[in-house]
Amino acid sequence: MKQDIRGKGTITLDHGGGGRAYRELIHTYFLPRFANPYLEKMDDSAVVEIPQGRVAMTTDCYVVDPIFFPGGNIGSLAVCGTVNDLSVQGARPLFLSAGFILEEGLSLNDLEKILIAMEEACREAGVIIVTGDTKVVPKGKADKIFINTTGIGIIQPGVDISGSNAKAGDKIILSGTMGDHGIAILSQREGLAFDTSLKSDVAPLNHMVRQCLTMSREIHAMRDPTRGGVAAALNEIALQSNVGIRINDAAIPVKEEVRAACEVLGLDPLSVANEGKLLMFVVPGDALRVLEEMRKNRYGKGAQIIGEVIPDYRGRVIMATAMGGTRIIDMPLGEQLPRIC
Amino acid sequence: MKYVDEFRNRDIAERLVKRIREACHQRITLMEVCGTHTVAIHRNGLPELLPKEITLISGPGCPVCVTPVSDIDRAIALSQKDGVIIATFGDLLRVSGSQTSLLKQCSLGADVRIVYSAYDAFYLAEQNPERQVVFLGVGFETTAPTVAAVIRRAREAGLNNFSVLSMHKVLPPALLSLVTSPQVKINGFICPGHVSTIIGTGIYKRVAADFHIPCVVAGFEPVDILQAIALLVEQIERGEAKVEIQYLRAVSPEGNLKAMAIMDDVFETSDSIWRGFGMLPQSGLKLKADYAQCDAERRYNIPPVKSQEPPGCICGDILRGIKRPPDCSLFKKLCTPDNPVGACMVSSEGTCAAYYQFSGVNIA
Repeated sequence: MKQDIRGKGTITLDHGGGGRAYRELIHTYFLPRFANPYLEKMDDSAVVEIPQGRVAMTTDCYVVDPIFFPGGNIGSLAVCGTVNDLSVQGARPLFLSAGFILEEGLSLNDLEKILIAMEEACREAGVIIVTGDTKVVPKGKADKIFINTTGIGIIQPGVDISGSNAKAGDKIILSGTMGDHGIAILSQREGLAFDTSLKSDVAPLNHMVRQCLTMSREIHAMRDPTRGGVAAALNEIALQSNVGIRINDAAIPVKEEVRAACEVLGLDPLSVANEGKLLMFVVPGDALRVLEEMRKNRYGKGAQIIGEVIPDYRGRVIMATAMGGTRIIDMPLGEQLPRIC
Repeated sequence: MKYVDEFRNRDIAERLVKRIREACHQRITLMEVCGTHTVAIHRNGLPELLPKEITLISGPGCPVCVTPVSDIDRAIALSQKDGVIIATFGDLLRVSGSQTSLLKQCSLGADVRIVYSAYDAFYLAEQNPERQVVFLGVGFETTAPTVAAVIRRAREAGLNNFSVLSMHKVLPPALLSLVTSPQVKINGFICPGHVSTIIGTGIYKRVAADFHIPCVVAGFEPVDILQAIALLVEQIERGEAKVEIQYLRAVSPEGNLKAMAIMDDVFETSDSIWRGFGMLPQSGLKLKADYAQCDAERRYNIPPVKSQEPPGCICGDILRGIKRPPDCSLFKKLCTPDNPVGACMVSSEGTCAAYYQFSGVNIA
């Protein structure tokens, strides 16, 4: 009977009813992908053992449009985003929860593709989904699928990483090219579709972070520059740590396709979202060692030191332009507006 | 990027800065007419590289900024009509009218869509035959020809649910208004590369000959702008006033004849209000009677709105180069990109937005 709904049809309100259709959906689509002893118990809560150490916990909602994009989909994003939020706190991600809001009419094929992407991302990151929930809402009350994931990780003793810990002198490492995710998404948007070979950089960064943590006990701050891009992430840290940040335009890695698309669309690559990159603030003496280690990881090959923390310009980010001038990098405002001429 | 990197080359830029420093022996005020130039100047931190004697002021070349409040009010009035979809470039969304903005109307239920070109609005009309699509036509000679081409296509296709609220403007009357104003003291113009691609250099010849102000048509990369400044400074120091084209890779003296022909076919000039300038005769573009069916002005009875410029805002003086953003008591206090009072803070090409975003290392 389980095979009846596989591969055809769409989500109906019955799938959210808690009855037979609901159970069939869960048993056919969800459980086989995320099989683990905690989830299979099907209790109201997952009960897990947590190793010694401080616990980090984070939650994030994923509503990306379109749900499929070059390089990933909303499922890979929902796992990697939460894994990365834990990782940049210096935590080792262990367990995730996943909540799904499905719009009536979502194709089951699409749902399966999304769940496969989640399964693959979990496997790569070495995390398991221990509890979950699924709701179905009538057509038009949501946009195809929304996902929430919550993550729990543990922090080793001696690791103290926070956006408020950046110190004057720290070198700032960016793990690779900026803006790939945002531009890959824009390239698929209705009314804006353009051809590009560019893929989203969505990736779990926990293994790379773990490698870097073995190289230095003085990684002070980390952040994954997602919405608002590098500009927003650096401004947040400058404010939280009450320090100035100076970055060097010429040192910031940007792919040619991203630069070109930004030119045409009137966007600043510094404000475009990333989903597989991080900024790391490291004491100057350890910076090169950490950089070298980061570059050994597949997601850190393009890492560069892009700037440093300075004692003046507190709370602000400034950039040495390629022309030899200086300008302020401000916190980007909401959505960037397309320019007119 | 090919054809771009060479114009962002630091060595060339440094040589140009040296050339400017060596040439400059007096106080010089240059106006960059175009908003894209303003952004490029601040994005690249150029003011810091120039000798103190040189002051750069920004001109009226941001189309969103010179659009008067009354036009924004009319667009908002259209957005409230039943069945109307407003298609607009994104910059216009946040500009305040007398009472509200298109963005605020959006949250109250108006159907406003951001488009990247007038063609997107055309397709929107094709896809929504039961709705009326009104495209907000804002821009100079750079934008107007493509809008004209779309209007022609809409007429050919017999598309009867597509119209344009034309708020287009032409640059020469504003330029002449600046050079004839006793308040405005400009020693040289960095002329807009994109507009000049279409209109050529005829108008600048008049400015140079009749008003003895040198003009250099410039591209938009830092090396372009620095070279244009060098050419202007050298002319000024020699006491010359002629027209030079720095942006040779795009601009010819006669302009783009084909684009101008399309524009002339669809539009005719009309008196038009500019923010900061007031009414300038024959400075706007309205649709000719032949294209009446695509003219939102004729199609809709837009009730007259009593429009009011925001109090305290000096956008008008900024657009004429009389004042600079830090001179405004609202700048960075009441007026920010999140909560713009005047239009110059809204558009990414607006002078105030450019100052806010990119400069301020020294003026903060």
